[in-house]
Amino acid sequence: MYGKEFEESLKAVAAARDANIAYEPARMTAKEKEDLLAAYHPDYKKSEFRELRVGANKGEALPHELCDMLEAKSRIKAEDIDLDHPTYDVDVLIIGGGGAGSSAAIEADNAGAKVMIVTKLRIGDANTMMAEGGIQAADKPNDSPAIHFLDAYGGGHFAAKRDLLAKLVTSAPDAILWLNKLGVEFDKAPDGTMITTHGGGTSRKRMHAAKDYSGAEIMRTLRDEVLNRGIPVIEFTSAIELILDENGKAAGAVLMNMETKEIMVARAKTVIIATGGAGRMHYQGFPTSNHYGATADGLVLGYRVGAKLLYADTLQYHPTGAAYPQQIFGALVTEKVRSLGAKLVNRDGKVFMHPLETRDVAAASIIRECSDHAEGVDTGDGLAVWLDTPMIEKIGGEGTIEKRIPAMMRMFASFGIDIRKEPILVYPTLHYQNGGLDINVDGETTNVKNLFVAGEAVGGIHGRNRLMGNSLLDIIVFGRSAGKNAAAKAKETEVGKLTLSHIAKFDAERDAAGIETNLVSPKLLPDYARKFN
Amino acid sequence: MENMVNVYLFGKKYSVPDNLTIMRAMEYAGYQLVRGCGCRNGFCGACATIYRIKGDTTLRTCLACQTKVENDMYIATLPFFPLVKQVYDIEKVKPTEQIMMQLYPEIYACVGCNACTKACTQSLNVMQYIAYAQRGEFDKCAEESFDCVMCGCCSARCPAGISHPQVAMLARRLNGKYLAPATEHLENRVKEIENGTFTELIEALMGKPVEELKELYNNREIEK
Ligand SMILES: Cc1cc2nc3c(=O)[nH]c(=O)nc-3n(C[C@H](O)[C@H](O)[C@H](O)COP(=O)(O)OP(=O)(O)OC[C@H]3O[C@@H](n4cnc5c(N)ncnc54)[C@H](O)[C@@H]3O)c2cc1C
Ligand code: FES
Repeated sequence: MYGKEFEESLKAVAAARDANIAYEPARMTAKEKEDLLAAYHPDYKKSEFRELRVGANKGEALPHELCDMLEAKSRIKAEDIDLDHPTYDVDVLIIGGGGAGSSAAIEADNAGAKVMIVTKLRIGDANTMMAEGGIQAADKPNDSPAIHFLDAYGGGHFAAKRDLLAKLVTSAPDAILWLNKLGVEFDKAPDGTMITTHGGGTSRKRMHAAKDYSGAEIMRTLRDEVLNRGIPVIEFTSAIELILDENGKAAGAVLMNMETKEIMVARAKTVIIATGGAGRMHYQGFPTSNHYGATADGLVLGYRVGAKLLYADTLQYHPTGAAYPQQIFGALVTEKVRSLGAKLVNRDGKVFMHPLETRDVAAASIIRECSDHAEGVDTGDGLAVWLDTPMIEKIGGEGTIEKRIPAMMRMFASFGIDIRKEPILVYPTLHYQNGGLDINVDGETTNVKNLFVAGEAVGGIHGRNRLMGNSLLDIIVFGRSAGKNAAAKAKETEVGKLTLSHIAKFDAERDAAGIETNLVSPKLLPDYARKFN
Repeated sequence: MENMVNVYLFGKKYSVPDNLTIMRAMEYAGYQLVRGCGCRNGFCGACATIYRIKGDTTLRTCLACQTKVENDMYIATLPFFPLVKQVYDIEKVKPTEQIMMQLYPEIYACVGCNACTKACTQSLNVMQYIAYAQRGEFDKCAEESFDCVMCGCCSARCPAGISHPQVAMLARRLNGKYLAPATEHLENRVKEIENGTFTELIEALMGKPVEELKELYNNREIEK
C-alpha cells in the first residue's frame, strides 16, 4: 500500500523490470570499492569517532557512543557487594542466552561441568533468533574450507586473525552436522542435498538455510536442548560487573535482576561472555535490525577488567534495512532477497550496482545513490532505494517468495505491502558489531585468564567486515569451543579470594585522564520511553 | 500532522499517534519496557498481546511489535504464558506416535474448536499441525508449524490445555534429526576434514603474505 507520492517511481521500476532481470551489472574493482568505502561508509566518517582515553585500547578512535560506555562508571560500589556469600556457585558461568551462550552451555554440560546461563531478557531474546538468511559451510564438492577462508578473509579486508578464521572454516561442516543432529531443520532436496545459495561476497553457493527463519530454527532448538538438559537459565538477569579473584583470573559476575533490581553474586571457575552485539547503541543515529538487549555490554564488562578490544571501530551497516513503512523502520530485509534474484534499483528504475557485493560496499553504494547521486526515493522519513522483490517470482516462479522468504512476506504484509507484487524501500541499518574482545584460538581473552568470549562479542574472527552466514557459523563454532575449553579449564582451577578492586583501579585511571562523567555502564537497555519533563 | 487515536493500555486510556505499533505506543505512553519485548521484529514471540476493539465482541491476539494501534483498542500484553515443556533426551526418543502420547497426551483431548488457529499471530493452521502430531506425521507437523514464534497465544485460548508450540518444537526436532533425509556430502566433508584433507591447503594460505592473498581473492572464480 504505497501512497500517491511513490506512484511515478513505482511505474519506472515496473517498466524496467524485465530488462533489469536480464541485465548483469559489473562487479566493482578493488580500487572502486576502496574509494567508495572511504567516501561513503559510516566507519570512515571521522567526526563520529573519538579517542578512547582509558584502558587497554587507550588512544584508539572508537564511536562516541561506545567511548561513552567504555569510559563510564560502574553501576555498583565495590563496598556494597558481599562477595563472601555468593547466590550462585558454579564451574562455568555463561553470560548471555543467545546462540553462542547456548552452544557453550551444551558443550560445557557435555564435559561434565556445572554450568549456568544468566541472560538479560528471556533465553532466545537475542540476535540469533532474528537471523534470517543462513549459515555458511563449505560442504559441497565444488567448494572447500580453503575457498571459504579466502572469501571471508578478503571480505573482511584481510584483517581477520588467521588462526581464528581457519578454525571457523574448518569447523563449519561439523557445526552444521551437529545442529542437524540436534534436530535443526535445513532446506534440503529430497535426496538430502543441502539447498545452498550465494551470499554477498561468497564465491561458492554455501549458504545453508531454514527458510528465512534460519536463526530462529537454530535458536529454538538450542534453547530446547538447554532446557532438556536441565541447565539452569537465570532470565531477566544481567551481568553488570565481572569479578576477578586475587590472582587476576575471572571468577564470576555481579548480577542484577532487571525487574526488581536485586543485586546478586555468581561465583565461577571460568566465565564466558556471550552477550552479542550493539545495534541498540544506535551508532551515528542509525536505526537497527538488532534485538532490544543488544547494547555492547560484554565489551564494557570485559574492558573494565582489562581485556583488550580488537576492531571495535568497525560496525556493519546492513545495506537493506526496511525504510518504509515507518513501523518497521530499520528492520532487516534479509540478504537472501538478493540471493534469490532481487536487484537494487534507484528512483528512476535503474540498477545501480551488482546486488551481491559485500555488505559494506553495498551499504556505501546505497548511501551514495541517495546522497551525491540524488537518485533516492523520498519516504517522508528519509531517502531510500528500491529492492525489486517481484523479480524473484519472475525468476524462480510463482510461489518462490512464500516458500523461501515467508518471514519477509509476512512482515510487509502486516503493513499492507505484498512483496510478490510490489518492490520494497530499503536503506542501510546498523546490523552487526564486527569488532569485540580479542581472543586466542581457544576462545580465551588474550590477557585475562579464565575469561572466555564467544559470538558477536568477539573481535577478529571476521576482520573488518563479516560475510552473511559467517556469524551464525561463528557462534556455533566458537560457542561450542568456548564451552569445552571453559569446562576443561574449570577442572584445573582453584578460585582465590574474590575481588572487585578493578573498579577502583579503573576509576583512578578515569580521574587521571580528567574525564568527568555521570554515565554508568553497561547500558543494558536503550531508553525509548517518552519523557514528560 | 500526526493523527491521534485513543488506546486503553491495561484499561487506562492514552492518546497516541495512529501510525505506531502497539509496542511503540506503550513507549510513547511512557512505559520503559523490560517484559514483553525481545526482538522487536516479529521473530521471538515475547510480545504476545490480547486486544478487543470497543463495540466488537471478538477477542483478538497479535504481536505488539508487528501490529498498528487502532482507535478504541483495549490492550493487555501477555509477556509470559505457562506453557508445558516436557524434557526428553533427543538421542533416545523415537519419531513414532508413542512419543506424543507419552509426553503430550493432552493433544488427544483436542475438541476441534479451532480457537488455536484463530489466535495464531503468525496465521498458522495450528489445529491442523496438532492433528498431524496426533497421527505421528511429524514431517507435516514440522512444515505446518515452521513459522511458529512460540508466543503462546494459541495455548492461552485452548480449552484442552495443549501447549501447541512445545508440541511443534518436538515434532520439528524429530523431523530434523530422524525423518528428513541425511546429507551425504556433509558427512563426507566432515570426514575429509577429520582426515586432514584440507590441512595443507589451509596452512599454505595462512602462511602467504597479504599481497598474495589479495591477488588470489581479487581473481578468484565466482560460481554462477
Ligand atoms: C536481524 C538479523 C539478521 C541476521 N541474519 C544473519 C544471517 O542470516 N546469517 C548470519 O550468519 N548472521 C546473521 N545475523 C547475525 C547473527 O545472528 C548474530 O551475530 C549472532 O546470532 C549473535 O549471536 P550471539 O549469541 O553472539 O548473540 P545474541 O544471539 O544476541 O545473544 C546475546 C544474548 O546475551 C544477552 N545479554 C546481553 N547483555 C547481557 C548482560 N549484560 N547480561 C546478561 N545477558 C546479556 C542478550 O540479551 C542476548 O540474549 C543476523 C543478525 C540480525 C540482528
Ligand atoms: S518483540 Fe519479538 S516478536 Fe515482538
